[in-house]
Amino acid sequence: MTDILMPALSPTMEEGTLAKWHVKVGDTVAAGDVIAEIETDKATMEVEAVDEGVVEALLVEAGAEGVKVNVPIARLSGGSSSARPAPPSAAAPEAAAPVTAPMAAVVAADPELPEGVTMVKTTVRDALRDAMAEEMRRDDSVFLMGEEVAQYQGAYKVSRGLLEEFGERRVIDTPITEHGFAGLGVGAAMAGLKPIVEFMTWNFAMQAIDHIINSAAKTHYMSGGQITTPVVFRGPNGAASRVAAQHSQDYAAWYAHVPGLKVVAPYDAADAKGLLKAAIRDPNPVVFLEHEMLYGQEFDVPEGDDHVVPIGRAKVRRTGTDVTLVGYSRMVGLALKAAELLAAEGIEAEVIDLRTLRPMDHATVVESVRKTHRLVTIEEGWGPMGVGAEVIARVIEHGFDYLDAPPARVCQEDVPLPYAANLEAASLPSVDKIVTAAKAVAYRA
Amino acid sequence: MARAKQAAKTGAPPAEAAESLGKDRLLGFYRDMLLIRRFEERAGQLYGMGLIGGFCHLYIGQEAIAVGVQSIQEEGDQVITAYRDHGHMLACGMDPNEVMAELTGRSGGSSKGKGGSMHMFSREANFYGGHGIVGAPAPLGTGLALANRYRNNGKVAFTYFGDGAANQGQVYESFNMAALWKLPVVYLIENNQYAMGTSLERSSSETHMYKRGTSFRIPGEEVDGMDVLAVRDAAKRAAAHARNGEGPFILEMKTYRYRGHSMSDPAKYRTREEVEEVRKTRDPIEHLREQLERDGVADEATLKAIDAEVKRIVADAAEFARTSPEPELSELYTEVYVEAAQ
Repeated sequence: MTDILMPALSPTMEEGTLAKWHVKVGDTVAAGDVIAEIETDKATMEVEAVDEGVVEALLVEAGAEGVKVNVPIARLSGGSSSARPAPPSAAAPEAAAPVTAPMAAVVAADPELPEGVTMVKTTVRDALRDAMAEEMRRDDSVFLMGEEVAQYQGAYKVSRGLLEEFGERRVIDTPITEHGFAGLGVGAAMAGLKPIVEFMTWNFAMQAIDHIINSAAKTHYMSGGQITTPVVFRGPNGAASRVAAQHSQDYAAWYAHVPGLKVVAPYDAADAKGLLKAAIRDPNPVVFLEHEMLYGQEFDVPEGDDHVVPIGRAKVRRTGTDVTLVGYSRMVGLALKAAELLAAEGIEAEVIDLRTLRPMDHATVVESVRKTHRLVTIEEGWGPMGVGAEVIARVIEHGFDYLDAPPARVCQEDVPLPYAANLEAASLPSVDKIVTAAKAVAYRA
Repeated sequence: MARAKQAAKTGAPPAEAAESLGKDRLLGFYRDMLLIRRFEERAGQLYGMGLIGGFCHLYIGQEAIAVGVQSIQEEGDQVITAYRDHGHMLACGMDPNEVMAELTGRSGGSSKGKGGSMHMFSREANFYGGHGIVGAPAPLGTGLALANRYRNNGKVAFTYFGDGAANQGQVYESFNMAALWKLPVVYLIENNQYAMGTSLERSSSETHMYKRGTSFRIPGEEVDGMDVLAVRDAAKRAAAHARNGEGPFILEMKTYRYRGHSMSDPAKYRTREEVEEVRKTRDPIEHLREQLERDGVADEATLKAIDAEVKRIVADAAEFARTSPEPELSELYTEVYVEAAQ
């Protein structure tokens, strides 16, 4: 007897919808037969049998949503003995739980939001799409270009539905040619359009970095203010899951180094939407760093098309008195989780989401350190010359006397990101590492 | 729609008869080329005096290209090039005073002294730079063309780069998208035979630049870039092709720079005889001057009057560039960002 398990169709998939069965109980299947269709938020894929045998039971009904990866979905009897061993079935749902848990409930009131606004549960993925769609409705000069953004609906399905609404004039599939299409985007921006240039991931934008920096960031200055380059470069940044060194890198420090660029890295869906809208409206080139691991997470987003979050302001996501944790993008979620664990040990952490890395709102950080006297920075990038180094430098410049302990940095270990699951986990920032660092600066280790 | 024309050498299509252009037009070409020549000579002199710093790439010898192409452009067409850009700016109609003052890094410069020789722009003249990175103008110019298509405004982006830049990968990425999307762009490859100090033969497996678009189905022509009327003629055909929705066109402008790659280049990679030979037999300004005299379009007095006018403009520009004050220190932090008008 062999269990067929819900397969993972991408490195980051945690659950999906079993859309359709192609077999019924009693059917004989051979290896390679298509037995079912599975939908994720990114794609619909066919599932092929790995083993041969007779279908003894279908354990999940067609149409079932939220089926966790590695849960048995069907049972085959007989056949060969090549059945792969089923992992302990209880492990799967638990493994997925901590990552998907929404973290929006921590902050009670947000002064940025109008009173009585209705909140809608939205994934970061859809929030980004909504931001683009709303801005494209508002301004005909806004268009999207990049690899697979149109007919494929986005490599990560962020641009889902945009081609249908706006047509191929405004949603443009490019060849795989980052250096070239980034340059085209900047050229179109020089001519007054407002391109959104999507990189499938920021890793591939290294081929285009010359145009982001030399052509986009510097031209307004070099032209004595005559030429503007209002372009948004966006896409997933940082480490996804098990894609190893060339596909896992945090570019925040790289771009935040450059005058002329604005650099934004939101955490939740409301900021993803509000900051992307601000980025599209901004007359400057904006580097917009998303995170693949956040795309599927749901958060509250204010209803309506007027939610614009100003670039350049950090947000206190949790108030505390004992230590300040500063992060951006996915690291904010880890910091919030760490804050909960620290609270259980009597350490109240204040969590600051930088949201924008250039211009950096260090005043909010300094203000927090004035209260807590202790600082931990968290970034997914490497430590040397990094965002944490900059935050700490500014706190020293503007709040030296407030510090009661040397600050600590939690960052990716100083190695190319390894593939092996244990080494990858050891390399990246984690809740545990944040807790340890926070205790160390609070002298509670 | 667009048929994939074979890359082809020209020479065959009848050049526009000089007399059909009219005297004023022809004298205008002469004047514009001479202005560039004298301007560049003066820039070289100011460089030698220490008034111009950094890199300074002179256009001497290549004047017929910028002037010939500009002569067929329509209102609203864009121009973009790399760092050998003074000639294009003057041809576009930018103020020689502002260009020269930018070379000297003064507040009266077209970029208020913040750009320098390689980074000048003029929204008014539709001149989009002035770029210091070899090859960068290709995708940027193609992006200007993308904007033209997006707006369906009938404009063409004239995108210049050199034979050296033609070996950059981004040029071919641009060719591919321009052809794929039938963008209104004319690529002008100014082949002056040397990529800095490396001759064409030493750097390029295919030395015929007009063929470089073949694998993208972009038609190309080889043009005598030392003959302003031949340049004009070819540019006219290429622009019509692009404007009619048939996509990009490549013109290889065969030319020669008389000076080194930049002011600091002694040009030891070629012989003095080679340079002298071109100056004597192919000089674009002398060529037109002789033609004008031979055809009776202009007598010596008329040409001398033009020479004097150009000399005065350049002298004024040099004087302006010398006396314009340096930028205020407060300019250091302006225009890093556009103030958001949200």
